[in-house]
Amino acid sequence: MASLRDVKVGESCTVSKLTGAGAIKRRIMDMGLTKGTKVLVHKVAPLGDPIECTIRGYELSLRKDEAACIEVVDIAKE
Amino acid sequence: MADKINIALAGNPNCGKTTLFNELTGSNGYVGNWPGVTVEKKMATWKANHDVTFVDLPGIYSLSPYSPEEVVSRDYVVNDRPDAVINLIDVTNLERNLYLTTQVLEAGRPAVVGLNMCDLLKERGDVIDSKKLSQMLGVPVVEVSALHNKNLDELVNASLDASKAGKPAEGVKCFSAEVESALQTIAGLIKDACPAELVRWYAIKVFERDAEAIQPLNLGKDVLASAEKAIKAIEDDRDDDSESIITSDRYDWIATVMDACVKKAPKKLTTSQKIDRIVTNRVLGLPIFAAIMILVYYIAISTIGTSWTDWVNDNLFSDGFFLSGQSQAAFDEAKEEWSSNHYADQIDGYLAAAEKAGVNTDGVADAIAAEEPTAEDEATIADFQAAAEKAKVVATDVPVHDDDGNFVDTDDEAITEETSDGEPVLAEGQELQVIDKVDAAGFAAALEGKAAEPDEHDFGSFVDSIPTAATNALEAAGTSDLVKGLVVDGVIGGVGSVLGFIPQIFVLFVMLCFLEDCGYMSRVAFVMDRVFRRFGLSGKSFIPMIVSSGCGVPGVLATKTIENERDRRMTAMLTTMIPCSAKLPIIALVMGVLAGGSDMWWVAPMFYFLGIVAIIVSAIMLKKTKPFEGEPVPFVMELPDYHFPSIRSWALHVWERVASYVKKAGTIIFAAAVGIWFLSNFGIAGWDGGDGAFGFLSGMEGVPENYMDYSILAGVGGALGWIFLPLGFGNWQATAASISALIAKENLVSTFGVLYGLGGATENSVSMWQGFAGMFTVAGTLHVGAMCAFVAFNMLCAPCFAAMGTIRRQMNSGWWTAFAIAYECVFGWVIGLFINQFYELVVFGSFGIWTVIAFVLLAAMLFQLFRPAPKWDKKDEKILDSLAEDVA
Repeated sequence: MASLRDVKVGESCTVSKLTGAGAIKRRIMDMGLTKGTKVLVHKVAPLGDPIECTIRGYELSLRKDEAACIEVVDIAKE
Repeated sequence: MADKINIALAGNPNCGKTTLFNELTGSNGYVGNWPGVTVEKKMATWKANHDVTFVDLPGIYSLSPYSPEEVVSRDYVVNDRPDAVINLIDVTNLERNLYLTTQVLEAGRPAVVGLNMCDLLKERGDVIDSKKLSQMLGVPVVEVSALHNKNLDELVNASLDASKAGKPAEGVKCFSAEVESALQTIAGLIKDACPAELVRWYAIKVFERDAEAIQPLNLGKDVLASAEKAIKAIEDDRDDDSESIITSDRYDWIATVMDACVKKAPKKLTTSQKIDRIVTNRVLGLPIFAAIMILVYYIAISTIGTSWTDWVNDNLFSDGFFLSGQSQAAFDEAKEEWSSNHYADQIDGYLAAAEKAGVNTDGVADAIAAEEPTAEDEATIADFQAAAEKAKVVATDVPVHDDDGNFVDTDDEAITEETSDGEPVLAEGQELQVIDKVDAAGFAAALEGKAAEPDEHDFGSFVDSIPTAATNALEAAGTSDLVKGLVVDGVIGGVGSVLGFIPQIFVLFVMLCFLEDCGYMSRVAFVMDRVFRRFGLSGKSFIPMIVSSGCGVPGVLATKTIENERDRRMTAMLTTMIPCSAKLPIIALVMGVLAGGSDMWWVAPMFYFLGIVAIIVSAIMLKKTKPFEGEPVPFVMELPDYHFPSIRSWALHVWERVASYVKKAGTIIFAAAVGIWFLSNFGIAGWDGGDGAFGFLSGMEGVPENYMDYSILAGVGGALGWIFLPLGFGNWQATAASISALIAKENLVSTFGVLYGLGGATENSVSMWQGFAGMFTVAGTLHVGAMCAFVAFNMLCAPCFAAMGTIRRQMNSGWWTAFAIAYECVFGWVIGLFINQFYELVVFGSFGIWTVIAFVLLAAMLFQLFRPAPKWDKKDEKILDSLAEDVA
């Protein structure tokens, strides 16, 4: 199963499931990353982590470790 | 309206809430912290009607129980029951903003929704149907522009109407059918335990298993168990946990709202995205960040901020100042000419020559130095002059001194090496600058010349400094020396140390608030996160540390921008370990002793390095302790659009920061400064001829110049000295100096001057270096380790009172402040122990019990540094989880 961590810059995908628990999971969902959300990864920070992506019309940054908790499908070049 | 009305402002971060708050209230607000947390609490009354009070809740994305911001917000709305809630929404980011709205509408208060930034939306070409939105949300919706002050009164009036009607928002039916029916079931179970308007709120909280929120209901086990059955069934059905189901359903419902109410224009690349392409670029991101930080540092610490602060310190609180530059220049010229004649050196040289020639010089120097010479003084001088002239005294080759009291060579360069007898040591080809000859006529001229020292008041437009003016006023009123000392040295001196920082803080916050308000700060965290995560901190901890190298006070205040409470506390605790500008004179002193002022350029960077290492080591160690442990904080962070903040909001933001510093830090520093003044000026007259009475030392008969030796401070220093014995500086002078350095770190140097009777010697004076080195010299050997331990301790231990007061204000907790200061002192002590003991061991081969203890402590420190982080208990344990197990 691919996670958001594996999605390359310039690719988009759809969230299929959130693993993990507690504060991190809730925080990710509060920010709008729920099942079925479309995500576009469009930047990596200068030191390689965190990543920046566009969801629900705004820019969100999250660490690669956190991106690993987000399972995605339909990865495609935008 | 006679009744007081409270209206809460809720909304996402960056939705324009602060701008709205400022526009509604002006600057009549109260800024404090919510009880027990470092989250800012702002309250102010409406400009149009002072019976209406607005409470600005922290910017939040959700009412979840996971951050202190969210907890204080929901506790306020649910428990403190404001009369109405205004939920401000950034329509350019409608989807995510509505997520919070769905939760706010469930909180059982009358609510109104404000749609902010509609103008931006129009520019983008999107259209929003606010009537339809109002219908779907079930509350009034008002389009506003906080930035351009449009429709704000309508928004407030709508909320006042809602509060008058008193009808709480019902909340939207946003969940799927099976969840709604489970909520119905739960509502039926708990409806007797809570107020009617909060049944739905609590039903959802029970469904989410939010133990903290439902605590006050005291639900019985049987109620929870039957609720659990309903929850479990849905969880199994949807293959997800209940909290996620709720969140998902909210967003799904919002998607239908978006479809119904918003028509989106085709997307273009926004200005913000264009800026970000450069600012957070993979290659340019770090250099741009470095450039901005250097600029901020340069302006606030090196140039404008410091020159303003220096101006306040030097002029308002020390020497006074000229209103016109011309008078200043004329005075400077006269003063320079006066000092280039070295009258004092001529007088001293002539006196020394006279003494050599057998002329009685008793009391002559004192008579000359007397500020208001009596007839007796004048007679003493005249008798001496007559006797010296008779003996044909002529002084030759009289050496001259510069303002630091050092010898100078023929090129006007200070000579920075002296023998222990105070004779200058000359380098090859260097020649001492001397006055060839002073005879009786020369001496008389020098006396006259010295008395004619240019006086600022003769050059027009001169304003006395506050202490001078106060002294004059008190003298005119005929008050005693005691009152004068207390007011001038204690009170004005103490307050001055606070006020002196204001220009620097002001300049700094003008820039930091701009960076914060325009959206750059979150980019800083984005760019720097990788580096700081290694030490358990986030990218935002970097800014306070940079600032602290100028001054710890704004450094601690700058921690406000760190979102996570644990990181915020830790950064506030550690950031003062970076050497600030007030610690530079201490470093200069050590450099003087070690290198005699020659270029040992690496000494100063070593102390910065020590500060950085101390912070990293402390951060790693503390992260593994109870108060700071816990799950790594999620770094899921919005990168808001860039925008230019409104000047008004920006100005108010700066004002808030500066005013809160003055108010809170000011009171603590004031008390502490008066306390230290008391300690160092009161004592027992135990000197030769003293009567042994307790009192104000400098007011007593025959008080010696080094009266501080008899002060309470000296007693305290003596009593506490043993603590520092293992560090190699157990004498009371070092301890007393460390205590007085708490007022301001640069006091360390001046206190040494007083303690060793060196008068106005500065950190650049050879005599000061010798006095300082003498303190660490045992049987003729200078113990460099002890000296470095002393300096390291003073760098790392509790900062000055101004910074401590700021830490107190920032921590918002006496316990945390005490912990922070205790940690800093203990850590500084341990590092001092390492330096002294290991230096002694390596250089002198001495080994003792303290060497063993130093090794043990080092081992413990390394263990704490390198052991894996301990497993922490899940903080968000849920009561219902355990109950569910019981039932099963």
